[in-house]
Amino acid sequence: MSIVTVQLGQCGNQIGHEVFCCLCSDICGSHGLCSKKENQSYQDACKERFFWEEQSGVPVARAVLVDMEPKVISQTLSMAARSGCWKYNNQSHFCQKQGSGNNWANGYSVHGPRHKESIMDLVQREAERCDRLGGFFTIMSMAGGTGSGLGAFVTQCLRDAFPASFILNHVIWPYGTGEVIVQNYNSVLTLSHLYRSSDALLVHENDVIHKICAQLMNIKQISFRDVNQVIAHQLGSVFQPVHPAEGGSNYSRNPLGDLMEALVPHPEFKMLGLRNIPQIPENSLPYSTFSWPGLIKHLRQMLIANAQMEEGIDWQVRPPPPGSSTPSSHSTKKPLHFNTSIANLVILRGKDVHSVDLGSFQDPSLYTSWLKPQDAFNAWRTPRAFNKYEKSASLVSNSQFLLKPLDSVVGKAWNMFASKAYIHQYTKFGIEEEDFLDSFTTLEQVISSYTTL
Amino acid sequence: MTQSVVVQVGQCGNQVGCRFWDLALREHAAVNKKGIYDEALSSFFRNVDTRSGGDGPGIYKGKICSLKARVRQSIKALLIDMEEGVVNEILQGPLRDMFDSKQLITDVSGSGNNWAVGHKLYGYQYRESIVEKLRKTAEHCDCLQCFFIIHSMGGGTGSGLGTFVLNLLEDEFPEVYRFVTSVYPSGEDDVITSPYNSVLAMKELNEHADCVLPVENESLFDIVNKINQMINSGKLGSTVKQNSLVTSSTGSVKTLQEKPFDAMNNIVANLLLNLTSSARFEGSLNMDLNEISMNLVPFPRLHYLVSSLTPLYTLADVNVPSRRLDQMFSDAFSRDHQLIQADPKHSLYLACALLVRGNVQVSDLRRNIERLKPSLHFVSWNQEGWKTGLCSVPPVGHSHSLLALANNTCIKPTFIELKERFMKLYKKKAHLHHYLQIDGMEQSCFSEAVSSLSDLIEEYNELDVTKDDQFHNEVEAHTALGHYTT
Repeated sequence: MSIVTVQLGQCGNQIGHEVFCCLCSDICGSHGLCSKKENQSYQDACKERFFWEEQSGVPVARAVLVDMEPKVISQTLSMAARSGCWKYNNQSHFCQKQGSGNNWANGYSVHGPRHKESIMDLVQREAERCDRLGGFFTIMSMAGGTGSGLGAFVTQCLRDAFPASFILNHVIWPYGTGEVIVQNYNSVLTLSHLYRSSDALLVHENDVIHKICAQLMNIKQISFRDVNQVIAHQLGSVFQPVHPAEGGSNYSRNPLGDLMEALVPHPEFKMLGLRNIPQIPENSLPYSTFSWPGLIKHLRQMLIANAQMEEGIDWQVRPPPPGSSTPSSHSTKKPLHFNTSIANLVILRGKDVHSVDLGSFQDPSLYTSWLKPQDAFNAWRTPRAFNKYEKSASLVSNSQFLLKPLDSVVGKAWNMFASKAYIHQYTKFGIEEEDFLDSFTTLEQVISSYTTL
Repeated sequence: MTQSVVVQVGQCGNQVGCRFWDLALREHAAVNKKGIYDEALSSFFRNVDTRSGGDGPGIYKGKICSLKARVRQSIKALLIDMEEGVVNEILQGPLRDMFDSKQLITDVSGSGNNWAVGHKLYGYQYRESIVEKLRKTAEHCDCLQCFFIIHSMGGGTGSGLGTFVLNLLEDEFPEVYRFVTSVYPSGEDDVITSPYNSVLAMKELNEHADCVLPVENESLFDIVNKINQMINSGKLGSTVKQNSLVTSSTGSVKTLQEKPFDAMNNIVANLLLNLTSSARFEGSLNMDLNEISMNLVPFPRLHYLVSSLTPLYTLADVNVPSRRLDQMFSDAFSRDHQLIQADPKHSLYLACALLVRGNVQVSDLRRNIERLKPSLHFVSWNQEGWKTGLCSVPPVGHSHSLLALANNTCIKPTFIELKERFMKLYKKKAHLHHYLQIDGMEQSCFSEAVSSLSDLIEEYNELDVTKDDQFHNEVEAHTALGHYTT
């Protein structure tokens, strides 16, 4: 089954490009560490999922590039073409000249309706090119105007046009200390609107990835390209082919569907966080070895203590002892800082994956009481190593990971809203104060739901 | 790619504008080695094939030949002046091929430093001509995003006719942004009526501009002096790259002897170049003009931005350790680099934008924001009020540069002073008759203008009060924690 990627805005296009680069280099590199047959079937599955082949044999990404100004798209297209390994379809992009001016209302209420037909036309064409459409993956940031506003509108259109397809939104959470002054407004409006049309929101926070670059990857002068490459690696570790839970020798044919089934049992809970270990500089890879028990232990503690990377984990945080399990409404019973999950998905890639014991993730105390651990936890594996890492483990978690950032963004947005600052910029384009209030209400509801897990 | 049109009005406006075009050409020549008319150029320049007799329909994309040859660049600008001296000079200078007669509006007698003459008399007289020429220029634009108006506040033409054009732009092109670079008069200005002219113009700026970048001659003068001191002091060993001076015209088309205001005007020209750099060139985090307006204007009338430029010069040595980079950020927040006399550090920031050019990455940006934040006061509802942009192409002669735009209540004293100088004259009714004798001009124009200014000052006051509350809260909090000894 194939996934159509929609890259929205500067951020979406820059990241999308890195994602395809990562996928391509993973399948082209011969570091499979597995049998030739396995490797071949992995490559075929990946290609079918993300690329189609044109006559020259060069893989063409199944992607639609959208932006309201031309510079980024033209850069992205040319960089991909120059790589020689893959490229974008020259027709599958849509851009305008003016940009959205970091204004969500401009993206949503003006650009959206105006360009709906052209954009959906491109999406339709990509969708039709797939033998079987597995769903949509949109990449956008929340802080700006196009990715956020137009992105929310396009997601709505996708939902209307493809009611039976899965939609996964990849959302970039901006730096806490500002990239855009109105980022909190834009974020609140985006999240509340996406919540209605999307199946799940997979979030990456710029602050977190920045720390990973600084502390784990040892990069001195971190550029957005570095950040995007880490994000691409983490996404690749989730989306590259894996064998689904029940074993079987075939790669999963419905990646997005499987993801939703594993992680989103209830439509009120759609916020997914992503952790991936190990993350080390590429030139250290040949000199490092990891053991599965060690990786699993770290990953589990990262989940429980809501750690953002494998350094600086708080090992003091423990799940509550089994005897004290009470109905989930009594969240105060759980020790502070303990991260309660609804559902978790662990993806293991590389050497000796089938021998790994994941019992520690099935501990009922990790989860809220309304799902049995066997339903709340899933594991996918493949012996095929990913992106030169001999062993790699990813955790996609529907848990309280994003509670604090969400609360913080909503709080700051509310603070600004109370003083009415910048509101005139939004009302100019048709987003009124009531729309803001509705969005606040939606998100307060989400926060409340996650808090009382 | 969007286009911008520059409207330069009056003597000051045209002199600054001239420097801007010169430096813009220099910048694009440095970046555009192949001489092909490209997207970046198209934001300010129009490629015209003179072979076909001038104004062909549409744009001819081809090689840019030298200025004198067949295919020429034509500047998207409108030059307006009510006396001929300055515009004539431009037309006789090296940029003459870049302008054609359809872009000029001139008269002979000037406005006599009288806002009313500029605004009411000439405004009325030339309205249709201005509208027609604006339309013509706009038609050549694929996607017109912004009008830049350059003028001074103290005189008659720039101030009066300039603000008249501002009004006109709002009526005729409501969707296009209006950025105004206004040169404010200094205290010892030799034009006696400059307070009247400035306050009357302020009302127009309050109501019709999207963003105003005030500039004061005193600050420009100080910067020029600082640079001269640096050069003359001959610091050990290091030589300054001549073309890197923010005041220099080196490498530009201008071959005539430098005029006294040239150095100062170059600074303002550089301001405009840096402001538009992210719209013209690529970068990892673009910052377009509509984003500047969106992020820096929290309330419609509070659209006055304090600007500062760094570095003022670059030493000839190539290696730039990151400490130098951090110094650049610190400098942007020092008063020596501001284009207006004000004290943002001791006032309240409503919003701040940092536009970085050159080889600077997001980590450098974040590190410096973290470092500088504690010493700056931000309004309570915008504690992290930073807007950032990264453009990969540095300005000529530099490896990197930074433009900081601050919406800060420190601009209030400037307005208060202006109002005081106005009131001094107004109470005595000095020179009023020169204004009132112009058709359409009444006493109410004056009272409305000063009232508009007072309202603006009051809005800033209300925000400043919150700062004092915030400060008190902070002090209490710190005292409670035992941070201060009594």
